[in-house]
Amino acid sequence: MITLEFIPHSEIEGLPTGKRIKKLLDIAKENKIVLLEGQLGKDEETELIKATMTEINERFKGVELAVLYPDAQELDMLRRLKVNLANMLLGGNRQGLTIIGPAAVVKEIKKNPNKIQLFTKDASRKGGKR
Amino acid sequence: MMIKRITELLDRVFRGLFRSKKNIKLGLYGPPNGGKTTLANRIAQDWIGEDVGKVSAMPHETREVQVKEQIEIKSEGKTVTFNLVDTPGIATKIDYEDFVKRGMPAKLAKKRAKEATRGVIEAIQWLDDMDVVIVVLDATKDPYSQVNITIVGNLQARKIPVFITANKTDLSKAKLKSIQDAFPQYEVIGISAKYGKNMDEFYKSLLKYAG
Repeated sequence: MITLEFIPHSEIEGLPTGKRIKKLLDIAKENKIVLLEGQLGKDEETELIKATMTEINERFKGVELAVLYPDAQELDMLRRLKVNLANMLLGGNRQGLTIIGPAAVVKEIKKNPNKIQLFTKDASRKGGKR
Repeated sequence: MMIKRITELLDRVFRGLFRSKKNIKLGLYGPPNGGKTTLANRIAQDWIGEDVGKVSAMPHETREVQVKEQIEIKSEGKTVTFNLVDTPGIATKIDYEDFVKRGMPAKLAKKRAKEATRGVIEAIQWLDDMDVVIVVLDATKDPYSQVNITIVGNLQARKIPVFITANKTDLSKAKLKSIQDAFPQYEVIGISAKYGKNMDEFYKSLLKYAG
């Protein structure tokens, strides 16, 4: 059985980087796939990789990570302004979706500009097309 | 307060002097098995006749940052001296059983996995020290992996000049265009570090970014 846990951005926006990452990694370590609303900062993504490395052991093998970015070119001027304003007022980046899948469950996340596919360890299970 | 300002000023002057000598820290970054060490060896062999590190088909062969200093590279009348920094491959998962499947004894595989995790952390910690970075990608692999995007995005956020090499273009499966399509805002140079293919073009680009 695969468990997906959706985390609204509001749940992490008040947390400092270290606590944000710990929260997300703790869920992944329970073999659940994290679906985070929005994106982590670029520096937070590297912090997530570093924190993942420190947690790896014989049971926890790390994570598969993918971020779906909204296509900025598709947004009109007014929408882009709204998004930027919301990010500024509410903090963080609520656009897009971040997927953090424990390596024990997720074999691979394949991404190209038009679709995303998440392959689980059981090869017969496929899905998650954008 | 005054002393702090003087120290900062002196620091800036000395860093300026250092940069004016064109002693530039050049980092090779990318996922495991992209050919970073092969490229580091090619560069070091081309200009100082030495190797930087050992190359292997087994992932995570480079598990510590390796530095080769004072490599003077010349191209189109320009000369720049680099300190070449070959880094361990950046990954989000490391499973010792993958090494076991390739024939490594379990005890050694666990040790290698542990060292590899430390290597990833070390590579990320070195990012801030780099003056120029080459992201080395395997042209036969899917370029849209999040690790690639995270590395490139991080360098952009840190305002570190970066260009991308699509390595292993000697292989029939290599798709230079798919890497160019994945990173349209960056210069992508197709090379074969193993056979030294297109290295003149590579050095020309390198000196353009570092000069």
